[in-house]
Amino acid sequence: MAASEQKTVLQFPPSFSSTLSAKVHPLVIFNICDCYVRRPDQAERVIGTLLGSVLPDGTVDIRNSYAVPHNESSGQVALDIDYHHNLLLSHQKVNPKEVIVGWYSTGLGVTGGSALIHDFYSREVPNPIHLTVDTGFRNGEGTIKAYVSVNLSLGDRPLAAQFQEVPLDLRMVEAERIGFDVLKTTMVDKIPSDLEGMEISMQRLLALIDDVYKYVDDVVEGHTAPDNNIGRFISDTVASLPKLSPPAFDKLVNDNVQDHLLLLYLSSITRTQLSLAEKLNTAAQIL
Amino acid sequence: MANTTTPTMARSFLQVAATEEVAPPLRAVQIEGLVVLKIIKHCKELSPSLVTGQLLGLDVGSVLEVTNCFPFPIREEDEEIEAEGANYQLEMMRCLREVNVDNNTVGWYQSMLFGCFQTVELIETFMNYQENIKRCVCIIYDPSRANQGVLALKALKLSDSFMDLYRSNNFTGEKLREKNLSWVDIFEEIPIKVSNSALISAFMTELEDDTPVTQCDYDRLQLSTSPYLERNVEFLIECMDDLSIEQQKFQYYYRNLSRQQAQQQAWLQKRRSENMSRKAAGEEPLPEEDPSNPVFKPILEPSRLDSFLITNQMANYCNQINGYVTDLKDRLISYPVMHYLLEKSLTTICH
Repeated sequence: MAASEQKTVLQFPPSFSSTLSAKVHPLVIFNICDCYVRRPDQAERVIGTLLGSVLPDGTVDIRNSYAVPHNESSGQVALDIDYHHNLLLSHQKVNPKEVIVGWYSTGLGVTGGSALIHDFYSREVPNPIHLTVDTGFRNGEGTIKAYVSVNLSLGDRPLAAQFQEVPLDLRMVEAERIGFDVLKTTMVDKIPSDLEGMEISMQRLLALIDDVYKYVDDVVEGHTAPDNNIGRFISDTVASLPKLSPPAFDKLVNDNVQDHLLLLYLSSITRTQLSLAEKLNTAAQIL
Repeated sequence: MANTTTPTMARSFLQVAATEEVAPPLRAVQIEGLVVLKIIKHCKELSPSLVTGQLLGLDVGSVLEVTNCFPFPIREEDEEIEAEGANYQLEMMRCLREVNVDNNTVGWYQSMLFGCFQTVELIETFMNYQENIKRCVCIIYDPSRANQGVLALKALKLSDSFMDLYRSNNFTGEKLREKNLSWVDIFEEIPIKVSNSALISAFMTELEDDTPVTQCDYDRLQLSTSPYLERNVEFLIECMDDLSIEQQKFQYYYRNLSRQQAQQQAWLQKRRSENMSRKAAGEEPLPEEDPSNPVFKPILEPSRLDSFLITNQMANYCNQINGYVTDLKDRLISYPVMHYLLEKSLTTICH
């Protein structure tokens, strides 16, 4: 179009950021941090390949990663391509569904050498994601950002590559499943058992109920301005409890508890039988 | 000066050598959060098929540090592919060494379903690993428990006395009595510690949502858990059947043994009376033992390993059910309390 009008126009391709987004799994962050901690002496940053898949809604799901050794000196970047391919093959043997979706680098934002590496990954996969993880906490927080590269061209001539930031979903449902208590601290002496975990959850729940309770009290006494939305949430929550008469409710709970107690009894008796059988078995004298 | 230091040096080297002979017992397994995540990812993605992988790390005194791991592809029953598996393992180790990952195998991990892991294969794998690595552990993860908000990770090793016995392959009742070994002593569970580098800790603190309720809490407070219990009881019943088959084997063995002994006794009686009459007639007595006689052929005692493992497995199921039900009971008991609290807040709102 630009050529037909005999004018040179600086073309900005359509923005990806509205359609493209990425989701990072906690494992990737862990992996990158571990690689950074184990980086060679003289290296300033580590880079590596991101594996994952593109979800049906266009979100790039980054699920795995591995570091790739590289060398950077005065504007030149040497990437161990053999290493990259070997490890890719190995990873695909385990999980063929995970393909290259981009690459990562530690550090804040995009640096000079990044464009070259990005070029390499563009040949592996169309439109790769570039993830940067600021392991140095340079602006006081661990910034994690994702970019895609957009080619700027002047007329037909490619001018430069522009890195455009794309929204990144950092919600970590998997990490929540395991528990931040285990993943956050530098040392956990013991994995919480079923009951301890339950206790923590129960405490949290009770704290939440207390919060609601306090809020309702405050509203009733006129300390806080009532909020209809919150009120509706509370009434929905309360309404979701089945309305049962106390005796019926007690019966329901008690029946269930009794069932479980029966099971408990059964399994205990099996255990006793087992230890008894073991004694008899080893103590059995040859007649 | 030099004269005095040399002997002490020599002694200290000797002392070091002497102390190295007896390695301190393994007290804890320290896993990096990264490894936990990796194991969980691998086990969960390929669940319900069971998967394995290698653990890499360092052996530091009484603590075994697991600092990295990599998954194995699902093995197929084919020799060619098996060779490829070994190649894969070497390749992976080589690659990881290049990025400065600890290049020392300390064991392996595997997934299990509903706590079912005590198999002869596991013990065989253990013995294989044990040949090369003095101290190895097996980390077992149960993806089926994750939906209930439980992190079901276990670190196991075989007990020393069991390994001795397994090497001599002698699982007769007599030997077991001698060693005083029961099914409880096959596996030793080692407490797990989780460690994270300061960097990861910082990132996680940064990234943690400030929502008061996490996915874990939702999962834990689920009340419908009967499927899990049902499966457990089902497995328990299956095990019970297996155990009774094993018991029948033993009964058969003992019946045969007693029959044989009766036959031997009868034969001896006959021989003795014969000898008496020969003595009376002034002839040489016949020997009181006859190895060629089929009556004296020893009957092979069946191995008790299988029944041990089954018993162990059953005890495991029982423990699981017990722990689970107690947990559930607490939930159910707390339910009326919550109900009451919420009702109360409802009435407050109504006022």
